[in-house]
Amino acid sequence: MTTEMLLTDLRLMIPELMLAIGAMALLMLGAFWKGEAGAARLIMRLSIGLLILCAAAAVWMAGKAEGTAFHGALRVDDFILYAKTVIYLASAGALVLASKYLETERLAKFEYPVLALLAVTGMSVMVSSNDLITLYLGLELQSLALYILAAFNRDSLRASEAGLKFFMLGALSSGLLLYGASLIYGFAGATGFDAIAAAASEDGAKIGLLFGLVFMVSGLAFKLSAAPFHMWTPDVYEGAPTPVTAFYATAPKLAAMVLVARVLYEPFAAMTDEWRQIIVVLAVLSMAVGALGALMQSNIKRLMGYSSIGNMGYALVGLAAGTALGLWSVLFYMTLYVVGVLGAFAVILSMRRAEGMVEQIDDLKGLARTHPALGWSMTALMFSIGGMPFLVGFFGKLFVFYAAAEAGLWWLMLTALVFSTVSIAYSLRVVKVIWFDEPAGVFEPAPAGVALISRTAALATVALVPVAGVVLATAIAVSS
Amino acid sequence: MLSQLPILSAITFLPAVGAVAILILRVLMRAEDQALLERNARGVALFVTLFVFALSVLLVVDFDTSQAGFQFVETIPWLPAVGISYKLGVDGLSVLFVLLTAFLMPICILASWKIERRVADYMAAFLILQTLITGVFCALDLVLFYIFFEGSLIPMFLIIGVWGGAERIYAAFKFFLYTFLGSVLMLGAMIMMFIAAGTTDIEVLLTHPFARDIQTWLWLAFFASFAVKMPMWPVHTWLPDAHVQAPTAGSVILAGILLKLGGYGFLRFSVPMFPDASAFFAPMVFVLSIIAIVYTSLVAFRQTDIKKLIAYSSVAHMGFVTLGIFSVNEVGVQGAIFQMISHGLISGALFLIVGVIYDRFHTREIAFYGGLVHKMPVFAAFFALFAMANVGLPGTSGFVGELMTMTGAFMVAPIWAAGAALGVIFSAVYMLTLYKKVAYGDLTNPRLESAQDLNMREWINLGVLGVGVIWLGFFTTPVTDVTRAAVGQLVQQYQSAQTPEAADMAPIEGSS
Repeated sequence: MTTEMLLTDLRLMIPELMLAIGAMALLMLGAFWKGEAGAARLIMRLSIGLLILCAAAAVWMAGKAEGTAFHGALRVDDFILYAKTVIYLASAGALVLASKYLETERLAKFEYPVLALLAVTGMSVMVSSNDLITLYLGLELQSLALYILAAFNRDSLRASEAGLKFFMLGALSSGLLLYGASLIYGFAGATGFDAIAAAASEDGAKIGLLFGLVFMVSGLAFKLSAAPFHMWTPDVYEGAPTPVTAFYATAPKLAAMVLVARVLYEPFAAMTDEWRQIIVVLAVLSMAVGALGALMQSNIKRLMGYSSIGNMGYALVGLAAGTALGLWSVLFYMTLYVVGVLGAFAVILSMRRAEGMVEQIDDLKGLARTHPALGWSMTALMFSIGGMPFLVGFFGKLFVFYAAAEAGLWWLMLTALVFSTVSIAYSLRVVKVIWFDEPAGVFEPAPAGVALISRTAALATVALVPVAGVVLATAIAVSS
Repeated sequence: MLSQLPILSAITFLPAVGAVAILILRVLMRAEDQALLERNARGVALFVTLFVFALSVLLVVDFDTSQAGFQFVETIPWLPAVGISYKLGVDGLSVLFVLLTAFLMPICILASWKIERRVADYMAAFLILQTLITGVFCALDLVLFYIFFEGSLIPMFLIIGVWGGAERIYAAFKFFLYTFLGSVLMLGAMIMMFIAAGTTDIEVLLTHPFARDIQTWLWLAFFASFAVKMPMWPVHTWLPDAHVQAPTAGSVILAGILLKLGGYGFLRFSVPMFPDASAFFAPMVFVLSIIAIVYTSLVAFRQTDIKKLIAYSSVAHMGFVTLGIFSVNEVGVQGAIFQMISHGLISGALFLIVGVIYDRFHTREIAFYGGLVHKMPVFAAFFALFAMANVGLPGTSGFVGELMTMTGAFMVAPIWAAGAALGVIFSAVYMLTLYKKVAYGDLTNPRLESAQDLNMREWINLGVLGVGVIWLGFFTTPVTDVTRAAVGQLVQQYQSAQTPEAADMAPIEGSS
């Protein structure tokens, strides 16, 4: 490999390099800096800055950089760069949400942002992977960092339990994934996506590849928290510190969804009819579990957990289409989902009374009266997550339904429509508590960063509507 | 002159601008200034709605009644290549509903002057609601239509749930979920139409011939949505709950305008776009309409709550509308539109009447009242006027609407028209009984002794509506002139689109 080739390859990996080197540098800085609190605050800020810088780099690369690096192990194109930009920005948002919380809960340690950066590096590698080995490396880097974050509040029994549960089930799913990958390697004779694609389009190896694919999709469905691999989600969402939950619910979900999409659409494009059945089952089950489960929750973090299961179901509806339009719709849906969920968690992090954080849905009682801005924001966000027009979340749903219908999956679209009625009911319940019930005490003023994110996200659910039409139209034009 | 200006966008979005202004001030103002904002929110809302009303009058005056097509069309292409655009426009079918909305809104704001709780939020919710409803009537793009149609649930949900009566939460959820489920099926149908026709432009879709088997499915999906909204028997049960629990102005909007979205939807989508399916299902609609008219009239007679009685009477009157629409001849359809406009005024006025006595005595029980004519003569006179209009007394707008729809129905199915005529008799029975119990007799209840007659705001509200009802009762041409060209085109298009085998299934004279 000549130096020039190496440079070309490295140029494609600028954001990952920045992240990896940045995380190491910050780790050193934290280890040798005197005064823990100061170090934690400084490193938190630097990490947020680094993530925004990476997002800027990804935007800058869009349209310029395209191709594979390191002998086809990693791949970069506009689709991937878009996903990376959203991941970086969402993670930066999640870190902003964490800053103040960690200080008041006496958890401010510099390892938190460093672990988050490592997780983001993993996600970045995941979405870029063009080979089963890089796929697994990225996934594990991400997961290991997230396991630790889940148990970050190590003195809390619930957080430790959440971390342990997450780790056990995560390890199991990684095992499944690895087993599937080894089967695929055995039948395709290669780990590169291109070589697998070539093998998948021949008849000979199909059954074996399909076997491997089932295991792999199961493993990935765990990361997605798609039913029936969703069991860990509500417990981990509830047990983990709230900013960690906010982080989980956004960037890793998008990364996992993009990874699933890439695995299915690139190496296994020739087997669309086969994998579609798996995705359809996952989608229907997720929508059902998410919608019905969320109805019965009293804890808002658990509610968000079930809501994310349901939302993964809707995104999978778009994925099941197996068309370019379907791919667009999934990415679009996930972006809107990330915006809505980040905003909703900003509201949840504003739920602090004099005696500490509260997280029951009933604690939101009368929010529209006691904190009008927060009340209106949460209303807009809940309706947007529920896919209610005239908020932008509706366009996400419209788009995935359209993609599914266009691919001929009429009954899947119909099922999704019916479940969207059930899932609007839990949004309504939150709105009911906010608006109809008598106030039950006030919250402490939220930190500036949290307030900014909750307001911005709520505003985006309305202000993005004109933009959404443009995206929709562009995608249809591109795909047709 | 108006056609150069984006007047429809102005009418549609000005209320939302007002609402946003109120909300931004609400967030920015300090806690001690909130009272000031609460006081002035009413004034802002009234000013905005009156301004929008003036614009709507200009719109109707400038409307060219000789043209059947869409006018004042505004198109901002989102992407012309695939036919998605932000497109607004009105024709003879919709322009009067825009005016009706703009007319009832200031009345609602006036009727809510005495609201004490969370005035700023209340006014903002009403203004947002106005934007969404007006948008439904103006939208010429499927996606846009759906956004407005469905979006109107959110402010109405809040209005019922926050400012409603004792059972308000149950009523708000029922209202929301019922309508949402219906609408969701419509969304599926819209996606199907987009895929079949390749565009979401309503103007183009109106001329697109959909295949017969698809039409049936699309028609049923749209029916699921509009029948709930209308509401038709047997999916009307959300309406009495919602009406009884909603605050007075909420009931006025609900009965006056929101119910008309269903009828408008039938006229805009079901009949012109799916003519074969409409012909096929018309007998079913007739049967449901007659059941609605007769059954809900009987139910209304048995009510002990005034608001519930009027709510059931609304269902019965909407039965005439569906009867007129699905007879698909000029008299019937024009009658249906007339009936919707007239019912918008009459039912709005009746809910205001209930609001007047509810504000004074805080009960809607019929048994509580009696002999109000002695203490509140002006009120009793207005009540009599609107009760008669609701019955369909000649000289009021109610008569014209019922007569025209029944004539239209008679031309295709005389027996069913006879059934509908029964409803007219029943409506006289329950309205007169109600009037007798509330207004006449001796003043036996001592708590009624302190009754005050109408104040200035109530006078203005009821007076304006009363003039409208009587004026339309004598001069029908202002409405029929506007609708004639568009209805003519609709009927003609419907008849020429009938495929031979569908014509066999259409209701012919005397058959059902």
